[in-house]
Amino acid sequence: MKPAAFDYIRAGDLSEALDVLGRHGSDARIIAGGQSLLPMLNMRLAKPAVLIDIMGIAGLERVGREGDLIVVPAGVRQAALMKRPGLAGEQPLLAAALPWLGHYQTRARGTICGSAAHADPSAEIPLCLVALDGEVRLRSRRRRRSVSAADFFSGMMVTDKADDELIEAVAFPVAMTGTGYAFREVARRHGDFAIVGCAAVVTRDAVHLAVAGVADRPQRRSFPPLAGSALTDALNGFAWELDARDDFHATARLRRDLVRSLGQSTIGEAQRCLA
Amino acid sequence: MPRLNAATRHRVAFTLNGKPVSLEAEPRLLATDALRHGLGATGTHVGCEHGVCGACTIQIDGQPARACLTLAVQLEGAAVTTVEGLAPERDRLSVMQAAFRRHHALQCGFCTAGILVSLDAYLREQPAPSEQELREVLSGHLCRCTGYTPIIRAALEAAACLRGEPLSQPSDREPAHV
Ligand code: FES
Ligand code: FES
Repeated sequence: MKPAAFDYIRAGDLSEALDVLGRHGSDARIIAGGQSLLPMLNMRLAKPAVLIDIMGIAGLERVGREGDLIVVPAGVRQAALMKRPGLAGEQPLLAAALPWLGHYQTRARGTICGSAAHADPSAEIPLCLVALDGEVRLRSRRRRRSVSAADFFSGMMVTDKADDELIEAVAFPVAMTGTGYAFREVARRHGDFAIVGCAAVVTRDAVHLAVAGVADRPQRRSFPPLAGSALTDALNGFAWELDARDDFHATARLRRDLVRSLGQSTIGEAQRCLA
Repeated sequence: MPRLNAATRHRVAFTLNGKPVSLEAEPRLLATDALRHGLGATGTHVGCEHGVCGACTIQIDGQPARACLTLAVQLEGAAVTTVEGLAPERDRLSVMQAAFRRHHALQCGFCTAGILVSLDAYLREQPAPSEQELREVLSGHLCRCTGYTPIIRAALEAAACLRGEPLSQPSDREPAHV
């Protein structure tokens, strides 16, 4: 399993990267940490003619704050965000989810934005973005735009990003007072792709549950604060709506079961954080 | 803006275990093949070539990395450490390697290079890891021989030893299963 041939360009700044991307469009791919792209190249599921390496671009590796948003530019590695001082207070959902994102060895290389760009339906970063109603900031030679996470992820590894655009940054809202957050996941091995991942955001008058690994992209539903059989029914309805499929790792039925049980325990944990 | 053409080979220079090295690489050459075929450093093993097994784990500038998910051209200018760089000198094992031997933490040895390189990086970051933390680090490696228990035991003992704690009598204590 070796990649097909490609030209490799080390971009010195963002405008260089955008120029090349603009010229080559779908023949070009951005490479940052490479932890999602290299498996695709090795298996020849992707055969770009040009790879544009953006990790040499200065300034893309610093996490910033803009008001109530944690802004994570394209060069930030997953391990770097995980080590951000105070992250658990700033956004507990991210702090809870990051240790599940791949392995210690892949987080040291992989980037947050790369995980968003790859848009695997079971991945943690897309799930957190959708759960928190975060945004994805896109840039091309022509324009800059910001897309809500719910609109960005449009299908199985398909996003709203145009061929000449790259993800400049993703932004996660910080924790709000009076809100509880929780994350849970079931995978065959810690760090493997989730069979089902759940992220709950709970306030006194609403419950938001986002689920990864079942539909073709992370999906979020909002309920009033239900309990007992009303909650069970709501989760059952959500589980069926997600249109689970059988695959090598799990049956559709197991996935629906996990949405019900893991969904309930994740919501419960978020509610306890609230109390 | 350097553009490396697909069809030609390009000089890539980095340090390998402290020594400057260079080789000619097409952009598509993986770091695993650069190390093994280009430089003859066959200590780094290759299992799955898609980031799952951990056999190929190396350190790039002190951080762990899958060599099979790294292009040789991405190593330009980096400090690379492989299993060959862990022993302090010829014919002397590192503390972790010696603990692996004491605890029978390897059988066929296929996974061992990657695990040693991972643990070396991790203990620098976390010199006093819990068993649970070590299990999470090891979740990035597949070992089909040992069942992991002796690896955990060796890693806990080596970590204690590196912290300067006296070697406890080799214990029969099984780590708790989690
Ligand atoms: S060969 Fe690199 S992770 Fe398996
Ligand atoms: S010792 Fe054989 S795979 Fe680990």
